[in-house]
Amino acid sequence: MLKEKDKVFPNIHGFSDRSLKGVMARGGWVDTKTIISRGPDHIIKTIQESGLRGRGGAGFPTGLKWSFMPKSSEKPKYLVINADESEPGTCKDREILRHEPHSLLEGCLLAGIAMGCSAAYIYIRGEYVREREQLEVAISEAYDKGFLGKNACKSGITFDVYSHHGAGAYICGEETALLESLEGRKGMPRMKPPFPAGSGLYGCPTTVNNVESIAVVPTILKRGSSWFSSLGRKNNHGTKIFAISGNVNSPCVVEEEMSISLRDLIDKHCGGVTGGWDNLKAVIPGGASVPLIPKSVCDDALMDFDWLKEQRSGLGTAAVIVMDQSVDVIKAIWRLSKFYKHESCGQCTPCREGTGWMMRIMERLVKGQASLDEIDMLIEITKQVEGHTICALGDAAAWPIQGLIRHFRGEVEDRIMTYSSKKAIQAAE
Amino acid sequence: MVNKKVKINETIHDFDENLTIIQACEISGIQIPRFCYHERLSIAGNCRMCLVEVVGGPPKPTASCAMQLKDLRPGPNGEPPQVLTNSEMVENARKGVMEFLLINHPLDCPICDQGGECDLQDQAMSFGLGKSRYTEDKRTVEDYDLGPLVETHMTRCISCTRCVRFTTEVAGIDQMGQTGRGEDSEIVTYLSNTLDSELQGNIIDLCPVGALTSKPYAFTARPWELQKTETIDVMDGTGCNIRVDSKGNRVMRITPRENHLVNEEWISDKSRFVWDGIRVQRLDTPFKKVEGNLIPTSWEDALSIASETMRCGNTSFVAGDLVSVETLYTATKLSEYLGGTKVLGDLDTSGPLNGRSFYVGNGKIEDLDKTKNIILLGTNPRKEASVVNARIRKAWINGANVYRLGVKETLTYDVNELGNTFFDLQIFLDKMGSKKSFWTDTIFLVGYSFLNNRSADVALNTVRSYVEKFKSKFLIIHPNASAVGSLDLGFETDVKVKQNVMKETKTIYNLGCDTLEVGKGSFVIYQGSHGDKGAGSADLILPSACYLEEDGIFVNTEGRIQYARKAIQPPGKAKENWRILRAISEKLGYIPNWQDLNGLRGALFDDFPLISEPGKIIMVPWETAEKQKKLGSKVPLKAYIKDYYLSNCICRASKTMGNLARARNSLNLKKAS
Repeated sequence: MLKEKDKVFPNIHGFSDRSLKGVMARGGWVDTKTIISRGPDHIIKTIQESGLRGRGGAGFPTGLKWSFMPKSSEKPKYLVINADESEPGTCKDREILRHEPHSLLEGCLLAGIAMGCSAAYIYIRGEYVREREQLEVAISEAYDKGFLGKNACKSGITFDVYSHHGAGAYICGEETALLESLEGRKGMPRMKPPFPAGSGLYGCPTTVNNVESIAVVPTILKRGSSWFSSLGRKNNHGTKIFAISGNVNSPCVVEEEMSISLRDLIDKHCGGVTGGWDNLKAVIPGGASVPLIPKSVCDDALMDFDWLKEQRSGLGTAAVIVMDQSVDVIKAIWRLSKFYKHESCGQCTPCREGTGWMMRIMERLVKGQASLDEIDMLIEITKQVEGHTICALGDAAAWPIQGLIRHFRGEVEDRIMTYSSKKAIQAAE
Repeated sequence: MVNKKVKINETIHDFDENLTIIQACEISGIQIPRFCYHERLSIAGNCRMCLVEVVGGPPKPTASCAMQLKDLRPGPNGEPPQVLTNSEMVENARKGVMEFLLINHPLDCPICDQGGECDLQDQAMSFGLGKSRYTEDKRTVEDYDLGPLVETHMTRCISCTRCVRFTTEVAGIDQMGQTGRGEDSEIVTYLSNTLDSELQGNIIDLCPVGALTSKPYAFTARPWELQKTETIDVMDGTGCNIRVDSKGNRVMRITPRENHLVNEEWISDKSRFVWDGIRVQRLDTPFKKVEGNLIPTSWEDALSIASETMRCGNTSFVAGDLVSVETLYTATKLSEYLGGTKVLGDLDTSGPLNGRSFYVGNGKIEDLDKTKNIILLGTNPRKEASVVNARIRKAWINGANVYRLGVKETLTYDVNELGNTFFDLQIFLDKMGSKKSFWTDTIFLVGYSFLNNRSADVALNTVRSYVEKFKSKFLIIHPNASAVGSLDLGFETDVKVKQNVMKETKTIYNLGCDTLEVGKGSFVIYQGSHGDKGAGSADLILPSACYLEEDGIFVNTEGRIQYARKAIQPPGKAKENWRILRAISEKLGYIPNWQDLNGLRGALFDDFPLISEPGKIIMVPWETAEKQKKLGSKVPLKAYIKDYYLSNCICRASKTMGNLARARNSLNLKKAS
């Protein structure tokens, strides 16, 4: 279990004072000026050495991403914080926004200065109304103290932070769609290349980072990269906020060490699976878009990017959705398909047409109203959507279904047989 | 321009690195299927049909329309990047995309007007699966009313957004867009408005499926039964390149041809939909006036009446707006023989226009693409040259500044207003002074409302002296197809000359000019195609072919020579224009030394070498401008075209144009109230 002193977010549950005074007592905004004075290269180097991987889902090394930003640019550079946390099951950034907003703001300043950005935009999910209020309180506190704005933290650098409210579309969490939305247009992903580091917000070099990735930055810089990399397995360092929901006795959001075993995570923090570990059926380990893993895999699952990738799933946003034996897993995946069908932006063909088709087949599979060869057809359709779209929403819609068929094909087939035999009996009567 | 070596399939090519993969493939002769990609529109990358495999890239196919060659990475040992256009991955992806496009498509090809020329049909045949696996219900959507030109069948739409991109980027209207999300996204007009643009017809061509089809052409013909004739449009002076599709002796539709120098690949709605005006209101037999009534007569009778009247001397020829150069030339020769004058009907200048450096200028339409400052002087390009207007908009989008002297009418871009009189022009010229960097990067577009003004000669001289001094560009926008041809052949425009001619002439030979005001006492012979104003006031009517019914040469507003070709036969007893004039010449005793059109053209080219090279502009020596005078005139410029859709006799006969004019008038009334 992660020691209290190693926690990056001591106030993640909001039990302590979240005003600036309390934050500073816990070490926030302390020594910021010293860190800045070490220079941008030092910041980027420390983050690279710490092995921090992006917490938004893809797990791309954060320091490497920052190094893609052009060193000199005629245009202003921007840092954009993706706080459009809308993945079903995911609620980790929300806790940072409402209980630890200053760590995010301090991270914005440090990351922004490291990349030479002139401002940071925090794009908050439309439904996060209270969270935005908290964040805005924190922003004004930081401005009042001179931590942000002109001569931020007495560093001589001007750095502004703006918060922007989205309108509640899942697709706006995709980084280029987020930029489109931020610019005032319809949230539809852009073609890549050009990548945001070359041409992002208003055509200027931009880095888009997840809330958690940025919020851990100040602590890494204060405690050093070796402390961060001492946690977790190789390539999967540091701490991670997990959000566990579903059939557990006490669902929670908790900060833990990377590579903690799934069983430990559930047993120690959530009071175990309802009805005991043996009652477990499957787990979606990283938010709706990653394939589920059955109990057999869960037994020795480690919660990090690489281990879950080896199991053809993923850590994603570390939103663990636990399903026990009472759950109709086909119906659960159908619900996710319905979500993706509803949230597809409609820009490119495979996703626009494919998500609806997949959902309809899933709808019939829930009842068993299908023929057996339609299972293979469904797999084929998911493969036709996967990788053929502009953004990753197509992949995200395809993977849960692929996971379902991979691990629960028998159950799907049983349902079809039962249905057709029932039909046959009805017809005979 | 930096070149880059790229291997496409097995061959290595050298390309400009700014090209996209699809363009590079095109150059090397490989066809990539596509729906949303269009060279003249922005890149959307949404249809996903053009996926190709980039070897060594990500393990998924790439949209070739959006990937530039400079973004391709070389191989591990520095070998050129390789693109595969027919690998298994690519073929598989195409099959998938094709299937997705078709699942919600109604597959109603037998009742679809696009059938036979449909990208979706063709590509489904080439790249599709061959059978359908989709058993769910298909999506249905509502059709909406885009006005009298474009019919919608939105169930067929594949959301390629070409129409949205065209209307917002080229036509400059913001009425169309995609609303809704995912499966429920639809191409709509946001507020259920009809389209208010002169270029809307182009979305019919752009639509790769049958979602947007032509309303006037609906269900009248199949593409394979149409005879196609490549010709030139005469609805304005731009000389748009068109293709006329006819069935039997009826024109069924008109579509644009590509010519980057003139019309890119757009045409105005007037050019596209005017064809129903060719069928009606036609003069199909000669008429003579007897006791105030026009009665049909025979050609023999008509020709003898004409020649007898003209033999008495003092005949003036008036050129209308749709006359070919051959006709004008025959008239010129006859006029020389008879010793009369010849005038151009629709332009009244305050001084003579001595040569192309006065009435054409030194600019070309393509110059608009690279000029920083565009100064509109008494012209409304939206009405007078809609396609040129789209080009100005393109320049404006790319950062050009547009200035306007003249009537404040809505255009499709922002303009800096300079005022409405020559005095205002002088203020602007003084303000800019001799800022060389400004003037060298400037093109003046001069229109008829400038030239028709009382003191236009002084103002034109001022403009020309700026052009001369700073090497600026200058181009006259002629709203009429026959204008430059007439001027090349020496037709008069000086208002003083014209007034004298009209006063003194006994016989007026009117070649299709419907704006001519004739005094009492002159005998008017009207040679034209439509029974319009001009024919109504005539004493003798000689029915002739219109622009789609005879071969002819037209000189466009920039002085480009283009050949129009005959698509259908003239109706009834109507004859080709030059034939009628030649017959009269013979009756009058002047026998030209040519018999047929080729002979005519030979004689024409000998006499007027300016008109000899098709497709080209022959540059003429620049006539030095006189010393410039201060412009003090405060006479406001007047709009030249009042009703865009009813600007010549063919449009006035067209029912479609009438509907459009009515729709626009009611829209304007609504806006005013």
